[in-house]
Amino acid sequence: MRSYKNKVKMVLAASLAITLNVTAFAADTIKVGVLHSLSGTMAISETTLKDTMLMLIEDQNKKGGVLGKKLEAVVVDPASNWPLFAEKARELLEVDKVDVIFGSWTSVSRKSVLPVIEELNAVFFYPVQYEGEESSKNVFYTGAAPNQQAIPAVDYMMNDIGIKRWVLAGTDYVYPRTTNKILRAYLKAKGVAESDIMINYTPFGHSDWQTIVSDIKSFGSTGKKTAVISTINGDANVPFYKELGNQGMSASDIPVIAFSVGEEELSGLDTTPLVGHLAAWNYFMSVDAPENDDFIAKWKAFIKDDKRVTNDPMEAHYIGFNMWVKAVEKAGTTDPSAVQEAIIGVTTPNLSGGVSAMMPNHHITKPVMIGEIQADGQFDIVWSTSGLVAGDAWSDFLPGSKDLIADWRAPLSCGNYNVKTAKCSGQNY
Amino acid sequence: MKYILFLLIGFFSLSGYADESSFQNTLNQLISKNFSTRFQVIEEIIDSEHPRTKFVLQSLLKNKIYYIKHQKSVALMLKKDGKYVLSSLINGNHIGIFSKREIKKIGINNKIRKKIKANLSILDLAHSDKLVRLKSVKNIYSSINQDTFNILRLLEKTEHDIDVKNSISIAINIYNLDNKHASERIKAIKYLYGNLEPIVKVRLNTLASNDSDKEVRLAATVSLKSIESKTNVFKILETLFFGMSYGSVLILAAIGLSITFGVMGVINMAHGELIMIGAYTTYVVQLLMPNYIGLSVLVAIPAAFIVSGLVGVLIERGIIRHLHGRPLETLLATFGVSLVLQQAVRTIFSPLNRSVLTPDWMSGSLEINGILSLTWNRLYIIAFCLIVFLVLVMVLKKTSLGLQVRAVSQDRNMARVMGVRSNWVDAMTFGLGSGIAGIAGVALSQLTNVGPNLGQAYIIDSFMVVVFGGVGNLWGTLLGGFGLGIMNKLMEPAVGAVLAKVLILIFIILFIQNRPKGLFPQKGRSGEN
Repeated sequence: MRSYKNKVKMVLAASLAITLNVTAFAADTIKVGVLHSLSGTMAISETTLKDTMLMLIEDQNKKGGVLGKKLEAVVVDPASNWPLFAEKARELLEVDKVDVIFGSWTSVSRKSVLPVIEELNAVFFYPVQYEGEESSKNVFYTGAAPNQQAIPAVDYMMNDIGIKRWVLAGTDYVYPRTTNKILRAYLKAKGVAESDIMINYTPFGHSDWQTIVSDIKSFGSTGKKTAVISTINGDANVPFYKELGNQGMSASDIPVIAFSVGEEELSGLDTTPLVGHLAAWNYFMSVDAPENDDFIAKWKAFIKDDKRVTNDPMEAHYIGFNMWVKAVEKAGTTDPSAVQEAIIGVTTPNLSGGVSAMMPNHHITKPVMIGEIQADGQFDIVWSTSGLVAGDAWSDFLPGSKDLIADWRAPLSCGNYNVKTAKCSGQNY
Repeated sequence: MKYILFLLIGFFSLSGYADESSFQNTLNQLISKNFSTRFQVIEEIIDSEHPRTKFVLQSLLKNKIYYIKHQKSVALMLKKDGKYVLSSLINGNHIGIFSKREIKKIGINNKIRKKIKANLSILDLAHSDKLVRLKSVKNIYSSINQDTFNILRLLEKTEHDIDVKNSISIAINIYNLDNKHASERIKAIKYLYGNLEPIVKVRLNTLASNDSDKEVRLAATVSLKSIESKTNVFKILETLFFGMSYGSVLILAAIGLSITFGVMGVINMAHGELIMIGAYTTYVVQLLMPNYIGLSVLVAIPAAFIVSGLVGVLIERGIIRHLHGRPLETLLATFGVSLVLQQAVRTIFSPLNRSVLTPDWMSGSLEINGILSLTWNRLYIIAFCLIVFLVLVMVLKKTSLGLQVRAVSQDRNMARVMGVRSNWVDAMTFGLGSGIAGIAGVALSQLTNVGPNLGQAYIIDSFMVVVFGGVGNLWGTLLGGFGLGIMNKLMEPAVGAVLAKVLILIFIILFIQNRPKGLFPQKGRSGEN
């Protein structure tokens, strides 16, 4: 018994020593917080982003780190639990004293983190396409705003494919509802009649799509060319696409264009019946650019799996991370206020061969691409903007937000400045 | 278009021997990044009547055509052992082996794909298999034009198969709806009376409101009315089918629970994860036999039963047995088990969804008519659900295990006095219920995601069905499942999927308040307690 106790003591002492060691070592490092769910519903999407961050940090350390210091990743698991996101963000900032956080996927988790990072004046990078209507001093939005994804996609469907009748199908939460509100206003402004728009919401994880697909089919059988704009999120997509395939709704009859379906979502699916359905993003794995080939090769080597795919939010982290590194080097410090000031106007290469810039409204410039699903689970790019599109935080198609602009440079320093009343509403976002 | 006629009548003439290099030049224009230019080039290829046209079109459709970046020339790509081997599209001559960065695929978009498919479909009109012919005629319905009309007129005379002949007549009459003579139009409307093809309805709608001739408008209106009433009947049938199939999924998910919860009184929160294990077993079986996807699903059924059943027995022996008679603790413990199982799957298989392939015989749908088509996977799952149910009823009614299970569930102490090893029966019952959950997982793998969250999505629905149907009564589970399924599908079109779910839950709450024991209350001593 005694020897057992001794053993325990030894182990404790050893682990204490290791911990101390780490802390001592940590003084010379710059800490990067990674706030992505590794368990729960969102783990399916967010785990990949955690791995992406680890890869980017490892890569940067090979190049000698930042400001002569090594980077150290601090990974926490908010477990797809929205309030826990706020707690974990606080823990990262107050206990671990990280210099920057990369994290979140759903809008609701971002909204949960927002008060904490504004209170503690952090630097936070958000890598997923979202509904806009927000610009915080502390958040850098490297995913697409609606004008970088939804609006160009609708334009493509309307002008290039000649769609006259629209089904807006989404999961029932804030991103699809806001996006559909913007799209509905946009379609009406383009002269689409109310009777040619069908809006449908389904719960998270909806798995029985028979009725809805059948409804879409009959909505689309009036002779007018019909398309589905899908903001269906996460797990619900696989049964939706399976039902499309089985009911024989092919892309040449009623094409579906999705905003939340990328290479990763398709990797759990046999895509043969889905060939021709579309998605709009700012990056596809099939982009033909040397930067992209290098990134894919690096990713496959890092994750030690030749079958793994890359996707749009991964590119967003790639851009965001490189922008942060450049901003820190420009500012000469990791101090949040200095970085926030330095990062505006910073440019870094994106993976599609262009150069993205951080705009004063904390959104970035990106190309918009439309891809068609192929039988191998990849997308073929069928359309892309000729140049880059700057993200617009406040939609021009919603009555409440069309007069608002965001500009975080002095002297304006405001996330929601009303150009008509010349007032900043005072909130940080 | 001429070359199609050539092929149809069987003239594989070598006279259309176009200059090879000029054909290659046309092909090379496909390199253009602009899809509308690509579309024009493809029209050119079709019009060139070159003997390799069909081959080129098929290869384009299969994404097999690439171009070599530095040579700016187009060729056929075949992947061999991870290498990109290119050969000439015209004569099949070997060109060379390239790396991925030296070549680029010639992609096509929906418009081009449609054009190519329409052309290949016309070629299929002369296919020897009548089902292929039938499909290709039906494909023409919505895009029929003067050229295809002429071809069909020719074919109508030589076609022997009655089904194909009928569909050719339908296509011809659809075309005649635009005939310049009013009498011909009326003839066509009369011929198509009651036809349920969506395109017929669309055309009749335009005729009914826009036609210059009064009689045509009238005939179209009358015809539309009959279509309308027929449509309504089939829509109701369709809704019933949707309800049945949704119900059968609910039953499959709930029936294992009905045994463990109903018979043993154990609230097993890990039931969903046992379903998930069944689905992952299907995935592993498919990995083990990648060349027999059709068979793998059948093999997966017993495999999933055994794997989930064993995990179930382990849970029972390791945890539930020690918490006998303490329902709250059991609930918490099994909830913990469910989290452990989920995270275990995440660690072993990664948190990403796994792709389970659907065998050919389960894809697509059985087309009854233009409106009603029943998807094969749903039909199989309804049948599968009924078979599982009947087998289970037989096991409980006719085997000695079933007898002991019923004895223990009615009065544990008395059964023990009579020499029933209640411990053994508990383990077997739990194993049986878990095994059935595994089988449900095989079915669900064909419908939804195979991922760590699969179980969570079904656990609430399963409890709902069991409570609604009456605890411990298999027939109650059957009726409860179908009832809830059909109710859900009846409400969904009217109120939307979100509200339908809410209404169902409210209904169950009210129902349970009035009849706390569900549709079929269990009789016997344990039922009265």
